[in-house]
Amino acid sequence: MAVAEQHPPAAPEIPEPHQSFWRSLLNVRSSAGVRRTARVPWIPIVIISVIVIMAVFAPLLAPYSPIDQTLRDKLLPPAWMEGGKDRYLLGTDQFGRDILSRLIYGARVSLLVALLALTAGGGVGLVIGVVSGYVGGKVDAVLMRLVDAAFTFPAILFALLLAVTMGQGIGTLVIAISLLLWAGFARVIRGEVLALRQRDFVQLARVRGCSSLRIMATHIVPNVLNTFMVLVTLNIGVVIIAEASLSFLGAGIPPPTPTWGLMISEGRGRIAEAWWVALIPGIAITLLVLSVNLFGDWLRDRLDPRLRQL
Amino acid sequence: MSDSAETILDVRDLHTHFFLRRGVVKAVDGVSFTLRKGEVLGLVGESGCGKSLTALSVMRLLPKGAARTVQGEIVLDGENILKRTPSQMREIRGRKISMVLQDPQTSLNPVFTIGDQLREALVRRAPAKLKEIIKQAVAALRRVDIAAPEQRIGQYPHQMSGGMKQRVVGAIAISGEPEVLIADEPTTALDVTIQLQYLKLLKRLQRENGMAILFITHDFGVVARMCDRVAVMYAGRIVECGPVKQIFEAPSHPYTRALIASVPKMTGTRGRLTAIDGQPPSLMNLPAGCRFASRCAHVEPRCLEAYPGTTQIGADHTADCWKIGSI
Repeated sequence: MAVAEQHPPAAPEIPEPHQSFWRSLLNVRSSAGVRRTARVPWIPIVIISVIVIMAVFAPLLAPYSPIDQTLRDKLLPPAWMEGGKDRYLLGTDQFGRDILSRLIYGARVSLLVALLALTAGGGVGLVIGVVSGYVGGKVDAVLMRLVDAAFTFPAILFALLLAVTMGQGIGTLVIAISLLLWAGFARVIRGEVLALRQRDFVQLARVRGCSSLRIMATHIVPNVLNTFMVLVTLNIGVVIIAEASLSFLGAGIPPPTPTWGLMISEGRGRIAEAWWVALIPGIAITLLVLSVNLFGDWLRDRLDPRLRQL
Repeated sequence: MSDSAETILDVRDLHTHFFLRRGVVKAVDGVSFTLRKGEVLGLVGESGCGKSLTALSVMRLLPKGAARTVQGEIVLDGENILKRTPSQMREIRGRKISMVLQDPQTSLNPVFTIGDQLREALVRRAPAKLKEIIKQAVAALRRVDIAAPEQRIGQYPHQMSGGMKQRVVGAIAISGEPEVLIADEPTTALDVTIQLQYLKLLKRLQRENGMAILFITHDFGVVARMCDRVAVMYAGRIVECGPVKQIFEAPSHPYTRALIASVPKMTGTRGRLTAIDGQPPSLMNLPAGCRFASRCAHVEPRCLEAYPGTTQIGADHTADCWKIGSI
């Protein structure tokens, strides 16, 4: 070599132990590779865990029934304030129901709706995105116009319509929120599939004689799961807010079942004299959504395809 | 053509065009060749001359919507496969005809172990118990010289080197024991020492299986090592076809001559590499005459007027040029 250029000695190629999805999540790295390591968002993880535990073990954790009314204890402020009673840590609402208990039970509804709506909406979006991206052509055009149409649809209005026609309840809520979600999933996943489809292993699967259905199920879907997981986490916040908004508007879960949105709705009339009734569930929603979004951001960085080693 | 050996793949007058908004790109425009049982036929030519598209046409895996085979016959083992329906086509892919592609980095699915990927191909060939299939997968890896196949089978593509991946791709491609293997520049992405190793392996597998290989490349060194015969392609057509030795020693078509002259030599004076001046014609607007005319040193008026017919030079050697014998 004539050019006096010093090349650093090439790093020996160390076969890297496979990083499983969960291991890579935990940031465990067993070889000396350098990776941009976003800090693990411990605070959001703790908040999310606490809320999940609250929801799962609600009957054990809640000090009182969330529905039983004790009218002589109505509108008591939180325990640390003047006039508050130690029995009611976060105070009571206008019917004398314990706000802490309602908050704990309310987490159940919020998380259940999030789980169901993300499974339904996300699942439909995943299937449509994969089919649209892989099959292409006219199918793609039609499906993507449907997605465009879904984006222009006023979801809240539609949910109200559903509530009127089908009646209130978890089912209505889940359908309404799923209809809000699927289009976003479909569009992002389709983009990913368009890139995947060009990769040689898909072509070679066809060379081997795999059917389109098989290729989509075994070669495409597993490769978009990372993206799907990130979309799911980032959309948890959207779902919780949607559930709260719809319950607030009266299109969600009917009273007296406690949901966070419903609690805000019931407290808003007395926000001046009894702010805690509306504010406490509001804080809970804010904390959960913020935590989930921070966690989702981190997850996205963590699973970024540019940083992922293939 | 002599019938010294049985023909397994016979491509006749194949036309595959791209239909774009701007016009029709005649990427493959009248390609004919035969591949005999157990032989390696090289298909060489510069980038964009239609080599890969010829291969995809034969596999019938053209990019959907854009490209279409509009004319010709692809006779595989006595049957015109252009007449097969897509699902009938699936039945022969992997079993009668298979393919390896250029880039081992993207040829394997990154989220599955190579064992899983081999299994998919093996199960398709002959369903069997999991244990049996795993045994077959280990054997398949051993056949392509993968050391410690029992461990490798549980590994993911990113844990292997490029050469190793390409061998795994090869193992998957031949797992259905195809009679024809199309190798589309399988060594281009490998470094030179690994290339040699891979070519030797491919040659050995070809002898063991008795399969025919259509070997697409732009590297004459690889052609000399691998192929029995070679077809030279230019602007969507095969301009010369013959046994490797004859093509190297006595190329007849001016394009073949220029190509061979432009291969760097290890001996002789150092200097600039010989290059062919000019550009190949636009595939959207092909000239009426010989496609190489604009770059040919021996061009004369008739070359521009009509495309030369195929001239038989030797027993097994043909070229498309007006001036065979006179230059």
